[in-house]
This record gives sequence, structure tokens and C-alpha cells, in this order.
Amino acid sequence: MPQTLSVLVENKSGVLARISGLFSARGFNIESLTVAKTMDPKFSRITMVVDVAEETREQVLKQLHKQINVVQVLDLTDTPAVQRELALIKVHVPHEMRSRLLQEAEIFRAKVVDAAPGSITLEVTGDGDKLEALLRVLEHYGRVEMARTGTVALPRGAASLPRNGSGRMAMVGVGK
Amino acid sequence: MNGSEILLECLRREGAGIMFGIPGGVVIPFYDKLVDHPEVRHILVRHEENACFAADGFARASGRVGVCMATSGPGATNLVTGLTNAMMDSIPVVALTGQVSTNLIGNDAFQEADTVGITRSCTKHNYLVKDLKELPQVIREAFYIARTGRPGPVLVDLPKNILTGEAEFEYPETVSLPGYRPTTEGHDGQIKKAVQTIWESCRPVIYAGGGVISANAAPLLRQLAELLDVPVGLTLMGLGALPADHPLFNGMLGMHGAYSANRAMVETDLMIAVGVRFDDRVTGKLEAFARHARIIHIDSAPAEIGKNVRADVPIVGDVGRVLEKLNRRIAETREAPAGGLKNAASRRAWLETVRGWQREHPFAYEDRNDRIMPQRLFQEISRAIDGEAIVTTDVGQHQMWSAQWIKRRHPRTWLTSGGLGSMGYGVPAAIGAQFACPDQRVVAVVGDGGFQMSLPELATIVAYGLPIKIFISNNGFLGMVRQWQDLFCHGRYSAVEFPIFPDARKLGEAFGLRGQVVSDPAELREAVESALNDPGPVLTDVRVSREENVFPMVPAGGALQDIFLDEQAARASLAAPAPVAVGDSGAGEMS
Repeated sequence: MPQTLSVLVENKSGVLARISGLFSARGFNIESLTVAKTMDPKFSRITMVVDVAEETREQVLKQLHKQINVVQVLDLTDTPAVQRELALIKVHVPHEMRSRLLQEAEIFRAKVVDAAPGSITLEVTGDGDKLEALLRVLEHYGRVEMARTGTVALPRGAASLPRNGSGRMAMVGVGK
Repeated sequence: MNGSEILLECLRREGAGIMFGIPGGVVIPFYDKLVDHPEVRHILVRHEENACFAADGFARASGRVGVCMATSGPGATNLVTGLTNAMMDSIPVVALTGQVSTNLIGNDAFQEADTVGITRSCTKHNYLVKDLKELPQVIREAFYIARTGRPGPVLVDLPKNILTGEAEFEYPETVSLPGYRPTTEGHDGQIKKAVQTIWESCRPVIYAGGGVISANAAPLLRQLAELLDVPVGLTLMGLGALPADHPLFNGMLGMHGAYSANRAMVETDLMIAVGVRFDDRVTGKLEAFARHARIIHIDSAPAEIGKNVRADVPIVGDVGRVLEKLNRRIAETREAPAGGLKNAASRRAWLETVRGWQREHPFAYEDRNDRIMPQRLFQEISRAIDGEAIVTTDVGQHQMWSAQWIKRRHPRTWLTSGGLGSMGYGVPAAIGAQFACPDQRVVAVVGDGGFQMSLPELATIVAYGLPIKIFISNNGFLGMVRQWQDLFCHGRYSAVEFPIFPDARKLGEAFGLRGQVVSDPAELREAVESALNDPGPVLTDVRVSREENVFPMVPAGGALQDIFLDEQAARASLAAPAPVAVGDSGAGEMS
């Protein structure tokens, strides 16, 4: 089952390589990963979705903890949390089908961010399922190109990430 | 001060009085300043890999951080095996490497290599210093990280302009690493639970390893064993943590370990695992391991808990601190009816059972007088040094026979490439150990294969007048690979024979040390003693019986109870439909 981890790291060069390196060295697969500075620029937060076997989950957390630059690791998999991805989707759509497309996009609260003869670009946020559903719809209209961030997540309710966690987490996606 | 002087000042403050290395282009500024700083002694070796092995040997023998240095590019890449070795065996080493100037990094400059990238996975941590102001902080952190928690190697990559730049020296008083706070104190509740679990057990064993030695906790382990009157099995890395002649010592564990040690691991109902990591060489087939036993796991590394084997009572902390508390609690409850008196009779009977196994199946071989049996060589060395020398080894048959036959009495006197199993470790590690302990006798036991990987270091030994005694168990084969080909590949030898070996007498003469060759068993004792009593270095080439196999042996991927006691048992079992094939499981692969 995919596991969502929120990892607070020191904002230093090479840290991302350490994290991704430890996953590849131990054969764990990363599905998506986003990273950005926290409110305190000395730290960054990495949100990652990894697909590992149930019995390996704890080992993944421990291996992350073992890294000197990792300050905190939170497993959000079983915690109520808001999880979002953002996608920019360009659809090569014939002019006559455009308005129907926009109607359908509206259902997903996708926003038009660019339009040109023969194409339209949408911005959409949501969880992975919603994005997948939208994609399936859009594929009927023409060729689709997409840039998509990985998941970012915050626990629900007043519970906050213990350090710098209330900060904005800009989505600089390097996943998928 | 310039960066090189700052670095030297930092090394002095960290108490690093000695370093092993080889200079090169970008580190010339450092070596220039070294001339003015005799308080940091530099030992010039013949290969960077050996600089790292020597620093590792120094660290194991002394308990201090070993330091090595190499230039950028090839110097740095040559450290990789040494760093991995230190990483696998949790040895505190700080490696300093030169790097091209920061403005050239990434340009494929002459002797440039992505050192931090290459060494990321074989160091506990590494640094590329890009700002001279950070240098003192980085060096401070490097030593701190190397020696604390679960120790390990830390590399600091130093661009040339950092070594030549000018800055004010400011020594950081404290180390602040928000992501690194090793747990030292064991959890009191867990310790209580552990003691309760111990008193509930009827057939407990202690399974102890290198973590006991690195925590300087051997006396506490001994106290634990004596308080409980429980047999102690030691891993290869743990040899010396309890004296081999101690009545509770139950032998080495694992693939080529003692029958009694492995049998006890099968029959036990409680493993008290101290400073170990449940390595595949010890556990054998994981599914069959400790099926009926509860496990108390004491270790400094949280990631080791539950990695291979579940732990019923995990205790994370400094092994010494945890043992202190545990022993106190045991002493308090030893006489209590609900405590130590419970099951006491069963535990006494268990100890007798274990001792019966020891008597039944000691390490054994058939001696001959027409050739030197390798086991005989190690027995003779053991007899002559009587536990009072530092012994280093490479990897392979000679390593296993040394572990079986050379009796260790003290911690930090058995230096072997355990986790990585690297050939060529023994001789440079002996060099490091001899610098750490100038008054101790240092004996390097190597095979003819591994020796040829570290042969140039004979020059270092002679240049520094180190009285190291090298014994080559020479069978003209890569012996352990040959053994596997013999047992598991129907005796089809492939690329394992060394038909040529230099004459040790002439080799010695060429390098300037005494060399001798022994092939007659009648002369063996005399040769071993004369080497050990020589005030200088001696190279002794012992021509041993060529095709001996190491037993007992738990076949790779097999369960501990599948142990082959001897050649006959192995052949009989392997002739039957083989339950085990070479490389049939990840854990079973030899290399």
C-alpha cells in the first residue's frame, strides 16, 4: 500500500540525494516526491509517497531517521490528513469541442490557465484519484500532455507538524 | 590562518595525533603546512585503500577515531573499499579528501571526482566544504558523528581553495545537529521488562557482538554473563568481548562457528542479543531462526531493531549504559522468588547441556606429520601469543580458522574485516594497530591471496620500523572460494589457483625484513616462536596443506541446525538431493 511520509530535513545541498539514494540502495520505490523550504528557511519538508511492503514500513522510517540531516519523519498514511497534488494539463482539443470540455472540467474545478488555437491548458488540484478521473475524461477530447507534482500533505485538525509545520509548502514537484 | 592551518588546528583539538595518507596535487597546501605541525604525525602508506584500512585498524585497537587522507580523484576513489569496510563494521574513521577548487567543481577538471556522491552510501555522513568559515564546524561534527551513536566513517571533501583561503580561526564550542541525537540511555521500562523476561526463561543465551567492543562494554558483558550464569556465544566481530578461556564462553557463532554456540541458538528460549545485528552469517535461514525463542535486543542503532529478526524487548541505547542498568536490576532481583530463583534449576541444567555439546563437538582436525595442517598453524600462533597480542586478518579460510583457533582474551585485540569481508585488510590494519599500541605485539594472519593485495605495505612496515609479524597461511588457492567450488560446484575449480608465489625470503630481503618459509610440520613451532620473538618485522610464509576445508559449516541459506560438522557429513549431505544450492537466496550468496 502506498505510504505518505512527511520528512523534515535540514535545507542543505545533497540532502535530497541522500534520501533518494537510501531508497534506491534498499530497493524501496518512490512514487512521488515534493520538496520545498518551510517557514524557517533552514529546513525543508519532503513529502513522499512510497510503495513498500507492510513489513518494510517501519524499516523505511528508521532508515530515514538514520540520516544525519533528517530532523523528523511523520507517517501520514494512517493519520487523517489533507493530501493534494497539482497538475497542469494541456489538451489538444478541436475548437468545436472546447465548450463541452470546459463544462466537464468545471465538475473537477479545473481552472483554465492558458488557451490557444487548438489547445487549452488546465490547472487542477486534488488527490490522486480525482486527477486520474479528470485525465480519463480529458483524453476523449484529444492528445493530453501533463506536468504533475507529487503529493503534499498536512494532518487534519489543530494537530500541527511539530516543527515549522504550519508553513506554506510550495509545490515544487519533482515526482512523476 | 589559512584553511590548511585551520584544519590542522581542528585535528589537534580533536586529539587526532596521527593520520594515514598519501598526498597529491590539490592537497599539497595541506602537506606544506603539515611540516610545521609535528603534533599531527602523518604516516605515508603505499595505497589510499590501505590508509583507510590503517586508520580503521588504529580505531579498532585504540578505541579512538582513526584519520586518513587522500587527494582528489583517484586518491578519493581508492578510499571507497576502506570506507565501506568501516561502515559495515561500525568503525569510527574520519577521511579527509582533497577536491578541485570550488570554481572547477563539475567541470571534469583534472583529478576531479564526485567524492561526496561516490561515498554517500559508504559513509555514516559526508561533507563537501564550500565555505572556509564552515570548516571548523564541519570537522567538529565529523569527529562527533564518527564516534557517537553507532560509530562509522565520515568523509570531509576539501576543495583546494578551502585549503589555501584565509580566515579567522573560530572553534565551535558545541555541536548542534538537529537531526542527530543518538539515544544513549536505555528505557527503564524496557530494562525492567527485559529482566522479567530473563527470569521467565529456562534456556537463555547471550548473543554478543562488535557493539559490545565498540562501546567498551566487555567488562559489563562479562558481569552480565556471570550474574546470570548463562552461556555466551560471540559473533566474529565480538571475539574478545569475553575471554575465550572463560567458563561461560560458548564459542563463536555462525557459518563456521562452534557447534555448541549454534546449537544453543537453536534450542534456546531466550536470546539476549547485545551489540549485534542478526547478520545472515549468524542467523542462517531467517525463517528457521529463533522460532521458539524470545529476543531481547540491545543496540545503539534503532534501525537495527527488527531489521532482520523481530525483537520482543528492544532496548536502544549505548550498550555500556544499558548493560550497567540491566546488571543492576538483575543483581537486585537475583535472590527474589519471583525473580532469579524462578527457573534457576532449569537454567543450571541448561548450562550443563550446553557444556555437554562443547565437550561432544569441539573444533577438531586430524593432524599430520607429512604436511602442515592450517589449523595447526593457528593453534601454534595461539599457543605462542597466549591471548596477549593484537591479531589482524583478511577474509576467507585463514580468517575462519584464526577465529576458531586463536584464543582471544581481551577486547580490541581481534581486528578482522567482518561485514565487508575484504581481502587485503590484515596487513594495513596491523600497521594502524601497531601505531595505536606501540608496545603490543601485532600479528597479521593473512592468506596468500589477500597478502598479494597489500604486499606493497611491507615497505611501510620497514620504513617505520614496525615489528609486525606477518603469517601467510599459504595454500596457493583463494581457499574459501575453492572450498565452495569443491563442495557446491562438484569440485570444478575455476580461477582459484595461484601457481606462483614469491619466495618470502627473497621478498623479505628485497624490502628489508626477515622472511622465512616453513613447510615441514616439525619446524613449525620453532618458526612461529622465532618470528614472534624477533625484535623486528618478520614475514613467515607457511606452506599449508592445500585443499583443507573449514568446518563446521552451516551451508549458505541453510538453517543453523543443518550444520555440517566435518568433511564427511558435508559430502554425505551434499550427495543427497541438495536442499541448498549456491546463491539460491540473497542471504546465501557468498560474495
